Amino acid sequence: MTDSKYFTTTKKGEIFELKAELNSDKKEKKKEAVKKVIASMTVGKDVSALFPDVVNCMQTDNLELKKLVYLYLMNYAKSQPDMAIMAVNTFVKDCEDPNPLIRALAVRTMGCIRVDKITEYLCEPLRKCLKDEDPYVRKTAAVCVAKLHDINAQLVEDQGFLDTLKDLISDSNPMVVANAVAALSEIAESHPNSNLLDLNPQTINKLLTALNECTEWGQIFILDCLANYTPRDDRESQSICERVTPRLSHANSAVVLSAVKVLMKFMEMLPKDLDYYGTLLKKLAPPLVTLLSAEPELQYVALRNINLIVQRRPEILKHEMKVFFVKYNDPIYVKLEKLDIMIRLASQANIAQVLAELKEYATEVDVDFVRKAVRAIGRCAIKVEQSAERCVSTLLDLIQTKVNYVVQEAIVVIKDIFRKYPNKYESVIATLCENLDSLDEPEARAAMIWIVGEYAERIDNADELLESFLEGFHDESTQVQLQLLTAIVKLFLKKPTETQELVQQVLSLATQDSDNPDLRDRGYIYWRLLSTDPVAAKEVVLAEKPLISEETDLIEPTLLEELICHIGTLASVYHKPPSAFVEGSRGVQHKRLPGSAGSGESVESPDTGSAAGVSDAPPAVIPSQGDLLGDLLNLDLAPPATTTGPPPPTSSGMQMGAMDLLGGGLDSLMGDESEPLGGDLGGSPAMGAGFGAPPAAMPASFNAPVSGGLDDLFDLGGGVGMPSGAYSPPKSIWLPAMKAKGLEISGTFARRAGVVQMEMTLTNKAMSVMTDFAIQFNRNSFGLAPAGPLQVLTPVSPNQSIEVALPLNTVGPVMKMEPLNNLQVAVKNNIDVFYFSCQYPISMLFVEDGKMERQVFLATWKDIPNDNESQFQIKDCHLSSDAASSKLQGSNIFTIAKRTVDGQDMLYQSTKLTNGIWVLAELRVQAGNPNYTVSLKCRAPEVAQCVFQSYEAVLKN
Amino acid sequence: MSASAIFVLDLKGKVLICRNYKGDVDMAEIDHFMPLLMQHEEEGLLCPVISHGNVHFMWIKHSNLYLVAMTNKNSNASLVYSFLYKLVEVFTEYFKELEEESIQDNFVVVYELLDELMDFGFPQTTDSKILQEYITQEGAKLEVAKTKVPTTVTNAVSWRSEGIKYKKNEVFIDVIESINVLVNANGSVMSSDIVGSIKLKTMLSGMPELRLGLNDRVLFALTGRDKGKTVVMEDVKFHQCVRLSRFENDRTISFIPPDGESELMSYRINTHVKPLIWIESIIEKFSHSRVEIMVKAKGQFKKQSVANNVEVRVPVPSDADSPKFKTSTGNAKYVPEKNLVVWTIKSFPGGKEFLMRAHFGLPSVENDELEGKPPITVKFEIPYFTVSGIQVRYMKIIEKSGYQALPWVRYITQSGGTLLIWRNKYLWLSYCV
Repeated sequence: MTDSKYFTTTKKGEIFELKAELNSDKKEKKKEAVKKVIASMTVGKDVSALFPDVVNCMQTDNLELKKLVYLYLMNYAKSQPDMAIMAVNTFVKDCEDPNPLIRALAVRTMGCIRVDKITEYLCEPLRKCLKDEDPYVRKTAAVCVAKLHDINAQLVEDQGFLDTLKDLISDSNPMVVANAVAALSEIAESHPNSNLLDLNPQTINKLLTALNECTEWGQIFILDCLANYTPRDDRESQSICERVTPRLSHANSAVVLSAVKVLMKFMEMLPKDLDYYGTLLKKLAPPLVTLLSAEPELQYVALRNINLIVQRRPEILKHEMKVFFVKYNDPIYVKLEKLDIMIRLASQANIAQVLAELKEYATEVDVDFVRKAVRAIGRCAIKVEQSAERCVSTLLDLIQTKVNYVVQEAIVVIKDIFRKYPNKYESVIATLCENLDSLDEPEARAAMIWIVGEYAERIDNADELLESFLEGFHDESTQVQLQLLTAIVKLFLKKPTETQELVQQVLSLATQDSDNPDLRDRGYIYWRLLSTDPVAAKEVVLAEKPLISEETDLIEPTLLEELICHIGTLASVYHKPPSAFVEGSRGVQHKRLPGSAGSGESVESPDTGSAAGVSDAPPAVIPSQGDLLGDLLNLDLAPPATTTGPPPPTSSGMQMGAMDLLGGGLDSLMGDESEPLGGDLGGSPAMGAGFGAPPAAMPASFNAPVSGGLDDLFDLGGGVGMPSGAYSPPKSIWLPAMKAKGLEISGTFARRAGVVQMEMTLTNKAMSVMTDFAIQFNRNSFGLAPAGPLQVLTPVSPNQSIEVALPLNTVGPVMKMEPLNNLQVAVKNNIDVFYFSCQYPISMLFVEDGKMERQVFLATWKDIPNDNESQFQIKDCHLSSDAASSKLQGSNIFTIAKRTVDGQDMLYQSTKLTNGIWVLAELRVQAGNPNYTVSLKCRAPEVAQCVFQSYEAVLKN
Repeated sequence: MSASAIFVLDLKGKVLICRNYKGDVDMAEIDHFMPLLMQHEEEGLLCPVISHGNVHFMWIKHSNLYLVAMTNKNSNASLVYSFLYKLVEVFTEYFKELEEESIQDNFVVVYELLDELMDFGFPQTTDSKILQEYITQEGAKLEVAKTKVPTTVTNAVSWRSEGIKYKKNEVFIDVIESINVLVNANGSVMSSDIVGSIKLKTMLSGMPELRLGLNDRVLFALTGRDKGKTVVMEDVKFHQCVRLSRFENDRTISFIPPDGESELMSYRINTHVKPLIWIESIIEKFSHSRVEIMVKAKGQFKKQSVANNVEVRVPVPSDADSPKFKTSTGNAKYVPEKNLVVWTIKSFPGGKEFLMRAHFGLPSVENDELEGKPPITVKFEIPYFTVSGIQVRYMKIIEKSGYQALPWVRYITQSGGTLLIWRNKYLWLSYCV
């Protein structure tokens, strides 16, 4: 008979019946009843009503029954917190049972009952179990500490469990060590700043010893923990590597990958001329290859990681091309990843084989795979110059198949090949043009149009071809519209006589009839260029384009370094930093590879580390989206980029200001439209006026309703009667350029006219123009959120800095941060999304109506318990009490009363935060004593520390 | 670190059983799994990781079940998949077959196992032999026996219990090699490798120390032994029981074996092997009318050896009908659900050549769908023979009681993974009729 019988009873009054059975005197009947209850629970029925009856069965010597009751408890304790207390006694008792199985079971289950009320009862039993004589109980107790920490971190710290856990790292039993390491790592992960896993050579040695003896899973915990350690020098690094390499022969793929992670990281510190370095490189290849015989899901994880490893250290797998050949029965996700790696490994030495394979793949039936194979052929052409010709002819063969998606994909890549090898393969244009009608995908249409425009002088009927696209202009996607606009302008510049009408048509379609700001902008720019200076227009539009680089889709080096530290994890699978997909980890420090060998100190200095990382990094990445210059040169057909990070916040509203500004000039332009444009290329004065101010000269913050820069000006000039004394700290660097692909952000916060502002300087230290800025905040303690989009109206060219003021409101989502005034920010531009965190002075949040009535103050002061009072010293402050008072008032800290006792001034002050929290203060100033004392009282004592910091900042500045 | 919760779902996505390990993710999130999976499948973007908001699902499929791990952290993905496969292994050892019915029939044990296999997302004891010592299907019976945790659970030797006794002490060693060869349309070998594994069936008393000697070239070079025939193992993977650091140091394979059957090691050899059975084929497709297939198989191994259970699988169009076969030896069979002709030859001596012809009708209304071009595959096994020439030179068995034990060695180049893949070694000719 099987357990399935328990699922079958579905009569009415079932709960009632079960209740009776649970209370039966017969043991067997009881157990059967509990099984039925669990069966009901399993199928999703609510049996929480039976809680007391089931818990009554808990005290039994039948282990199976006990396990079932415990299982029930874990499921329902949370919904019945009051009754869960009934179970505490049994837990305490079971933790002392002579049978270690029962002790462990109790301590394991205890931790899974996430009810705050009962946690404190569990401390004593847990403490005993952590010191239990049986390792089975100790290893279970070790994990229980992590569970308890998750429920009540403070309790665990207060009870000293963390120290006990640390002691367990020296336990004689490897299993206990492994679980202690796992538990500590888990706790450390949620508290990145607690120096919990205080790794030093002694503990490392203990871990490495346990590594040889514990289970496969324990080995993974230990290896993952080791990966967080930074060795002091290359010798230590080498000795750890030597002790980790044997793990590469473990049958469990996860052990292998975790070992690879440790080795890849520690290898950074080894001098490259060291023999051992070469040996290690050689040792890494075979296990990586063997991972490809694992189960498909593990293969997938391995391939995603190999993709990273190949980018970081191409030499490891450069001779292993063949193993990445696709098998007929590989799942699609494995096939696609293998293709990616094949391209990365393609070189002159193996290109013939690779091409033969790719051609084979391009005739398969799986559409996505075929497309990617065709694209791969194009990428080979760009990467290995010697093979370009063969690639092109292969692509032409594929175009002859007339398989629609193959043709389109081929055209897209041929466009890239033209970009890389200009004036070399134009003979194929005729073949491409034959397929014009079959193109129905925007990317392929855009590519074809680009080709026609670029080579307009060699295509006799280029004007007809382009005109044919113009008919359905408004139905095309933006990508195609932009290409068409540019292509026709190019055509016009090359063959001005026949194509005037066409160019006018497209300009008016783009500027007049389109709602798309990008399209209109580009239309106007061309229009103005053509009308003011056709020679200049030619120089701009037909300028020689920079060649595209060989490697595409490379991961940006700092991200790559971080991902290497996360080998084997989800981050390495997604190719995204953990902060991009794990909630609440934004503030967590990004992992870095240690600095390279040679200098012992380099480990401490992140700069040296990254310099070393960059120096041997692969060629720079092609910016994934076109910059402005690129747009004009119509380079926006850059190869598809691997986007990283979450979808960027939209910022469509941003363009509007600029459009309005141009509006006046445009109207007059429209008026002139009856005149043939081509004939009047001199440009009308009206137009000149309209476009007079080149956009780049516009103040960045022009449109910000209450923007910092302008307000400052107004303040100085006319004194718009607002208190200008609010303290604002000097700007500090929030996001170094190194971490953000050349974008540097420094900034500060200010409160102006009752509005909190984030004032930033954006500096472009990269080589290309930055556009499309947008900003988002993570949830934070006071619900700070941008009140509008980030107003960066003009592109920021290299080496340019612009000032932006972003007004904030406090109605955003709230989440308590650590520290309280921490703010996590995401800034997006055309290149990527970047994250940083900064701290704002809490005085920004002191509102203007924070002055309390005297009576209320007195009552409140008394009402707030003394426990909530905290006292701080402000040293070296040389203001008189009146000066201090007025200075504080500037920051909305209001003095309500002043008392002088024995030459000591006592100021009673109040302030209110945006979220309605009142802070009451008593400031004591002794004449002649530069040290002030502040006592703060508040119902939310957490804010005291921040408020005090503001006091200090305001008084000292 | 790894999973917040583990689910076992049926094909429709209904939760059969689950275990919440960390309580940091809403268990109802699992309801998003199946719709997302189906959506991805439709878009052709099937992927072993699926995310929904902050929640990530890592899943594998086994018979009619999905095993899903859920997390909202940056979990160790390789650990999670390894664990899920381990779960399948353990359940299979417990219930023979792991499928929907066996989960329902044994839900109490499944719960117990889930409790023991993982704690707070950390995998714990996953050795099914050891688990069976204290988690059994008939709980009642084991009241007494279960009063103790097997010390094995926490021992450094976590895979073998103490006090095992056999009357006759023996070890059976199987050396099994699979070769994978990929042959291109023009008959050239694109890639070939040998994957070998050494399996043990251990019937030894006590806690024996074993040492296995192979004709490993690195070992011979290290010890400066006589040359003889040696093999170069490109990569070696060992069972948990093998002392890896020892192997790393002096290439000694030393271990205390698990009791009963186990895979001691696997290895990969990168030598160029020629296909042991060479296939030539002509497949002609006359559209709207018929397909004609001619396959020639030639044994390219020693005359003394015999390949057993040879299976040549030839793909045919999915709309083919009315098969006719002619073979010089063996049997040909049409397997319509797989679109294959399977030609089986029970015994195939080396050096011999056989022929198979097949004829299929095609409907006059053609199937529009583009069909893949699956390769011809060949499966077989050759006993008493390894392609690589690997040899077990000795197996030393030392136990403190000092008994004598006998090792038995068997070599097979085995079916299973042995796959010769002949890509496009046939023509899809389209003649108009």
